[in-house]
Amino acid sequence: MTLDMRSARERRLALQDDAIEQYARMVEIRDFEERVNGLFADGLIHGTTHLCMGQEALAVALATVLRPTDVVTATYRGHGIALALGMNPRSVLAEIMGKAEGCTGGLGGSMHLCDMSVGLLPTFAVIGAGLPVAAGAALAFQNRGEDSVAVAVFGDGATNIGAFHETLNLAAVWKLPVIFLLDNNVYGEYSRINLTTPFEDLHVRADSYGMPGIQVDGMSIATVTPVLQAAIDRARRGEGPTLIEAKTYRFAGHSRADTAPYRPEGELEYWQQRDPLLVTRSEIVASGAASAAALDEAEQQMRVSLGELVDDLAASQPPALQDMFRNVSSREVHA
Amino acid sequence: MPKMRMNQAIVAALADEMRSDPNVMIMGEDIAVAGGPFKTSDGLLAEFGPLRVRDTPISEMGFTGAAVGAAAMGLRPVVEIMFIEFLGVALDALVTEGAKFRYLSAGQVTCPMVVRATVGSGLGFGSQHSQTLENWLMATPGLKVCVPSDPQSAYGLLRSAIRDQDPVVVLEPRALYAQREEVVTGEAGIIPLGSARIVRTGTAATVVTLGQTKNVVLQAAEQANLDVEVIDLLTLVPWDVETVLASVRRTGRLVVVEEAPESGGWGSEIVATVVRHAFDNLTAAPFRITAPNVPVPYAKDLEARYIPTAQDVARQLDRYLASGQIPAPWWVEEGIVV
Repeated sequence: MTLDMRSARERRLALQDDAIEQYARMVEIRDFEERVNGLFADGLIHGTTHLCMGQEALAVALATVLRPTDVVTATYRGHGIALALGMNPRSVLAEIMGKAEGCTGGLGGSMHLCDMSVGLLPTFAVIGAGLPVAAGAALAFQNRGEDSVAVAVFGDGATNIGAFHETLNLAAVWKLPVIFLLDNNVYGEYSRINLTTPFEDLHVRADSYGMPGIQVDGMSIATVTPVLQAAIDRARRGEGPTLIEAKTYRFAGHSRADTAPYRPEGELEYWQQRDPLLVTRSEIVASGAASAAALDEAEQQMRVSLGELVDDLAASQPPALQDMFRNVSSREVHA
Repeated sequence: MPKMRMNQAIVAALADEMRSDPNVMIMGEDIAVAGGPFKTSDGLLAEFGPLRVRDTPISEMGFTGAAVGAAAMGLRPVVEIMFIEFLGVALDALVTEGAKFRYLSAGQVTCPMVVRATVGSGLGFGSQHSQTLENWLMATPGLKVCVPSDPQSAYGLLRSAIRDQDPVVVLEPRALYAQREEVVTGEAGIIPLGSARIVRTGTAATVVTLGQTKNVVLQAAEQANLDVEVIDLLTLVPWDVETVLASVRRTGRLVVVEEAPESGGWGSEIVATVVRHAFDNLTAAPFRITAPNVPVPYAKDLEARYIPTAQDVARQLDRYLASGQIPAPWWVEEGIVV
């Protein structure tokens, strides 16, 4: 039995200064997404899902620099962020499969993951919606004199919605301890960025709001981590928000039904050479933090563990009918 | 007891909650330095400082969303929306995010925020600044909605709204801000959400009102000397089914008087629920007196007819009480719409 029985907090803290654990978490996210894809194909998951292959390094880097008491708003493409922040794959996969033991009892599904023990607010299924909420969380920290920060993770598509612009302006004018982490994966739903946005380098949008805008390679933990750390430190010091544009690539289509036939020829192959798992693996080995053999072993163990989890969840129960009437409001649902 | 205008009662409610709970903060356009476009936060900046009393940019989507995040972290933000129409650009944050946080977090996250918005016709502000729009909000599980109708209810409902664990929208009829009366402040002045108020007793029919229509109906009943029981609903979600049902069981008749257009109005909900639970007690068909299905017109004489007038309410109630038949709305009665 190799099931991961650790709590979200334990899994989160395990990432600290542990290259093998960080690499294993990236593998976990990749393998998890591939299994979710397979479970859809097998009819064991219904609805839709949005996979994040290609964006694993950014998620894990973020988890290594934040404290569990910091807060994150993320998107419907949020499985990777949830796992990186520490959520146990069991609570995430069970949620996606609509099981009672899922993180919100099977009432949320793939697009709505939440675990406040590691600071993840319910993930947002409306583009841009998480940005003002993150700013508001930061406002709460500011009012209470705490040095916690909030991070809004969102895609390139969100930079074209009003919430992005209103929130950056608001956060700058109030110097809120919030970091806007723009995961530029080149695609907004089914449209390549050049069709929807007049330029592809989006960090420049920070200039309009008087805050630093930094572009960074999002495929490398080693590169992105210090950039995140600096922005977070700045926010904790009360010096205000930062926009970080991490360049990544969405290896999957937008959602379950999308095979991404609209990609320019050769683009996927180009980015696959920059696969964050490959990049991170070579970085770790080159730095001497772990041997290739140690990474192989961690990877193998991870894959076996997730395989067991999938088998185990087959017998897991869906929520009871009465569960849909819970947590609607402080008041009981009336007849 | 101090006499206060309704806007002063709102300032008093905000101040009392801010004094008793350091997590309460307010934000909105021109509410801090200027004291609010309708002077509903006058003096609060001086007492509570710029972190708890924040002027915002003209960014309803941004600051309403920020209130959701702040509430999720345990603050009790009170957001002011200058005119309810401006909530249109911020509905996502309130309806789709904040109202569902409890559900989508299995109870880990609540959203104890308040949205105060001014509503209603009567001041010549035209079609885009005169609606009530409660029906935008009432079909959202997780959200509560209340509507004061005088200084006391403005004070009492707002304090309850701020203390509530869920997002609450307080719709303030801005034409009533200048109304002045004695207000009971402190704990004794608090009105629980979900509790309607019988403002006139009577035996021949139950008339349910909300916001501005309370005064209209009271005036009509007075002028025509009608034996009607008038209920000021005060909270629309969750509305006080028990009080309304008990009254209808006594009177056998139900009329709902609404400020908003006839189609899709909140009164339909009241009528449907009463028919379901008290059909056997009804001695006549229930009906609604509403605004017509038009935007709020600007010209003074037309705007005055938009909201049901006391004169027309008296006409319709009088005919209903005499015959048990549903009278025609004025635009049909006067042959304008056929």
